[in-house]
Amino acid sequence: MTTTAIEKTGGRSGQRHTPGTAPRKRRPGRLRALGLPYLLLLPALLLELLVHLVPMVIGIVMSFRELTQFFIRDWTSAPWAGLDNYAVSVDFDAPVGEALLASFFTTCLFTLCSVGLCWLLGTAAAIFMQETFRGRGFLRALFLVPYALPVYAAVITWAFMFQRDNGLVNHVLHDQLGIGDSPAFWLIGDNAFVTLLVVSVWKGWPFAFLIMMAGLQNIPKEIYEAAALDGAGVWQQIRRITLPSLRPVNQVLILVLFLWTFNDFNTPFVLFGKAAPESADLISLHIYQSSFQTWNFGTGSAMSVLLLLFLLVVTGGYLLLTTRGRKASDV
Amino acid sequence: MRRIRAAAVGAVTLSLVLSAAACGGGTTDGAGSNSQPKTLTYWASNQGASLEVDKKVLQPELDKFEKETGIKVKLEVVPWSDLLNRILTATTSGQGPDVLNIGNTWSASLQASGALLPWDAKNFEKIGGKDRFVDSALGSTGVQGQDPAAVPLYSMAYALYYNKKMFKDAGVEKPPATWDEVIATGKKITGGGGSGIGVEGSNLSNNIHQVFVLGKQHGADFFTPDGKAEFTSDGAVAAVKQYVDLMATHRIVAPGNAEYAQNQSLSDFAKNKTAMVLWQTASATFKAQGMNDDEWGVAPAPVPSGVPGTGKATNSMVAGINLAVFKNTKNIDGAMKFVNFMTGDAEQKILNTAYGSIPPVKSAQQDPAFSAPALAVLRETLATSAAALPQVPEESQFETVVGTAVKELFADAAAGRAVTTESVRAKLEKAQQQMPKK
Amino acid sequence: MSETARRRPRSPMAAPRSFLWSRRIFLTLLTGFVLLPVYVMVSSSLKPLEDVSGKFQWIPSGLTLRPYFDIWETVPLADYFVNSVVVAGIATVCSVTIAVFAAYAVSRYSFRGKRVFTVTVLSTQMFPGILFLLPLFLIYVNIGNATGIALFGSRGGLILTYLTFSLPFSVWMLIGYFDAVPRDLDEAAKVDGCGPLGALFRVIVPAAVPGIVAVAVYAFMTAWGEVLFASVMTNDTTRTLAVGLQGYATQNDVYWNQVMAASLVVSVPVVAGFLLLQRYLVTGLTAGAVK
Repeated sequence: MTTTAIEKTGGRSGQRHTPGTAPRKRRPGRLRALGLPYLLLLPALLLELLVHLVPMVIGIVMSFRELTQFFIRDWTSAPWAGLDNYAVSVDFDAPVGEALLASFFTTCLFTLCSVGLCWLLGTAAAIFMQETFRGRGFLRALFLVPYALPVYAAVITWAFMFQRDNGLVNHVLHDQLGIGDSPAFWLIGDNAFVTLLVVSVWKGWPFAFLIMMAGLQNIPKEIYEAAALDGAGVWQQIRRITLPSLRPVNQVLILVLFLWTFNDFNTPFVLFGKAAPESADLISLHIYQSSFQTWNFGTGSAMSVLLLLFLLVVTGGYLLLTTRGRKASDV
Repeated sequence: MRRIRAAAVGAVTLSLVLSAAACGGGTTDGAGSNSQPKTLTYWASNQGASLEVDKKVLQPELDKFEKETGIKVKLEVVPWSDLLNRILTATTSGQGPDVLNIGNTWSASLQASGALLPWDAKNFEKIGGKDRFVDSALGSTGVQGQDPAAVPLYSMAYALYYNKKMFKDAGVEKPPATWDEVIATGKKITGGGGSGIGVEGSNLSNNIHQVFVLGKQHGADFFTPDGKAEFTSDGAVAAVKQYVDLMATHRIVAPGNAEYAQNQSLSDFAKNKTAMVLWQTASATFKAQGMNDDEWGVAPAPVPSGVPGTGKATNSMVAGINLAVFKNTKNIDGAMKFVNFMTGDAEQKILNTAYGSIPPVKSAQQDPAFSAPALAVLRETLATSAAALPQVPEESQFETVVGTAVKELFADAAAGRAVTTESVRAKLEKAQQQMPKK
Repeated sequence: MSETARRRPRSPMAAPRSFLWSRRIFLTLLTGFVLLPVYVMVSSSLKPLEDVSGKFQWIPSGLTLRPYFDIWETVPLADYFVNSVVVAGIATVCSVTIAVFAAYAVSRYSFRGKRVFTVTVLSTQMFPGILFLLPLFLIYVNIGNATGIALFGSRGGLILTYLTFSLPFSVWMLIGYFDAVPRDLDEAAKVDGCGPLGALFRVIVPAAVPGIVAVAVYAFMTAWGEVLFASVMTNDTTRTLAVGLQGYATQNDVYWNQVMAASLVVSVPVVAGFLLLQRYLVTGLTAGAVK
């Protein structure tokens, strides 16, 4: 509290760049202190500029050009296409736009389900494992294994299990449990959505579990004790104390899961190869196909920019809604 | 706030300056230089059983080349999953290998990018002239009427591989030569529990190769002579329908094949579950799957008349690998020498023997090494009844959109949904609209 | 799982039967879900190729260790492993160091542009990789042409790329964690004559070790598993595992048993290291995320 006050007064008197009480003590260092925060930020800023921001600007420029194989050799010579790439992308009556829109909705639905399930499994596991019991340490370690396996290894194993004729899934469902007249397809057709969801949740829920477990450790025991004295049962305690206390954790977790899931490329790519079934055609794979596979980087970039805009709006709205009332400096 | 905005403007300006500086390095239009005459970088595609096998095959040959010319060749075997992306990024940046392998179906697309050295008469002269190469292989090196973008290195053709044990058990005497016979044979075998013929329903390239040949047999090309997409002609629709009907109507393809994309049909074949496959060079895979060479046979792929030839009697696409020189090479003379070396008779024999392919060089092709029964069929097919895939810059898009359409039709058929002329036409119509407008 | 009710007598949660049973059922099912692919990996890696491409069997009919020997012959797995460890390791160290500095600035100083910085850093998480793959490649090549520093195709370029991938979330988490370290501690250190960096390294960093470990694990995993950029930016001497494992699927064959064996072999050290660190990770993520 005191430091905040100092910062604020410092700010008003024109010394906002100084840390705490340092300036009074170390006069000669004041100039250095002025620049110090910027110096500390510089490496991070430069790297983000180099690897994310500048390439993004170039990507945006590319989206206004007709960048097909005729021009990739020198992309600056590609003719300007104006808004053509965007027009093609959002012409929802033509196949290209129609497919993009379908892919967008698929991705939205997929993200919703995947984030929801990851959150549910992670939270439930964290709550169930809040209390010590025999084998808890072992289980906790085990549950982190999916997070530690290389993505390719994990996903290719799932693809192997989901094969129609030889896979484990149909062996269990069809041969052993006798469900359905004939074995179902999991890697093509409409079921592919379920397949993708299962794999994504398997890979993603341990992260939610981890964060939730950490979040639970911050809830003081006394609150539970007080509630227990009031006669609240376990289920009520979970509903009234645990879940509300986890709200700040949730804010970060859900946003991060949302962004990662929405932009996920590796999972569908390893699972389905270059052409995902329509039911599981996630947007990043779709864009990849629209640029690398068909050598049309202009349209691919335009689609990416649209995606970026969408994510910016969603994230902005989300942060506005969830941080309302919190200090601005906390963002 | 104002300063923040100023900073933002500054950042954007900086970005723009940087991006302007970041224009492609491939702008020079000259035909390479000789500034690094002692080294070459060579990207080889994965032809053998694994990347390591390829290195073992190629390295001794490269050493030979070094001894002859004093030029050290740095070899990189690039997996198929990465090859096209690597070439695209190399093209964009101008930073690539000196000599590289390309799938021959990519020739026209890469030719359009202008990143590859055109093979005019003068350049061909340096490697012994154009007429050293087989015509069918030359047909798949770029757009007709333009200088080829690459020279043929290895050639392959489709043939019908059949499982001798399954044929014997079903009482089939000889391999089918027409599609009617394929269906009749398939039905005999399917009645006995196995399945007649295998397909790779989710492998886009394989789908394209098959429907392209069937298209030829129906007198249809997927592109007009001036290079416009024409996917919905009656012939094209009939070709695609005929291929999918092997599963949908005749049921001689097991439904599970609809999701195959990783050569599962070959392991089915080796396990006596599938009696026939149409494939390029399958012998090495059969061996890896535990099958002896005398357990399978090979015959020309079926045609309606039973006698393969040109036009409607085409029974294979010209499959193969081309060798191209990157225009930006810093060792143009060395690159030419290397191409000359690789397409020379001696190397052609060694490499094509190692990979089970056919030399596209006439003089090497006559070698007895390529007259074994399995290879003779492929050689004969290449010489008499194979046609090159459309040599248009949009070939990649064609593979993607039409290959996907066929994949989706197989998925329909496998799920028991009807595949009709209308549904095929609708899928192809959609595919055609996704092609770039001309 | 034997999560019997061996609980401390004064537990605030007087757990009823329904809770215990739900826990038992839920955790058992979840364990099955987690273990299923792991079991498939292990059992498939012990089968000959012909068996793997056949019908799945719970109990393998014939066991062989062949795949574990073959994996080194099919692709240069050891080289890829070294590449991955070097790339992910250096990227992690750099990413964490840079994130520590940045988080320190944001957490302890008040300066103009702070909000812009944090929001910008956050927003980079939204960029679709596809959008900047090609431009980034162009930039690396141009830097290479202008300065002679080879960034494309080298480990350096990959390290640079990956460390920026994990940087945003790392900064974000560390800000929260540093905020949780009482300011009195570093103020006191400064009074004792430490400079700002002295305060950071002598007081804040030691107090935040768990958080830093957590960030390091996250950064390592990000670099360890990335496929898209690695597939374009590496060549056969710098190829990483995430891409290299695909070498078991060639044009004519997929060596399923070898894929599984190789995956297990390369995963064991990572999983082991991960499990050793998980204690820190749990405490570490708390402050960063909760803030």
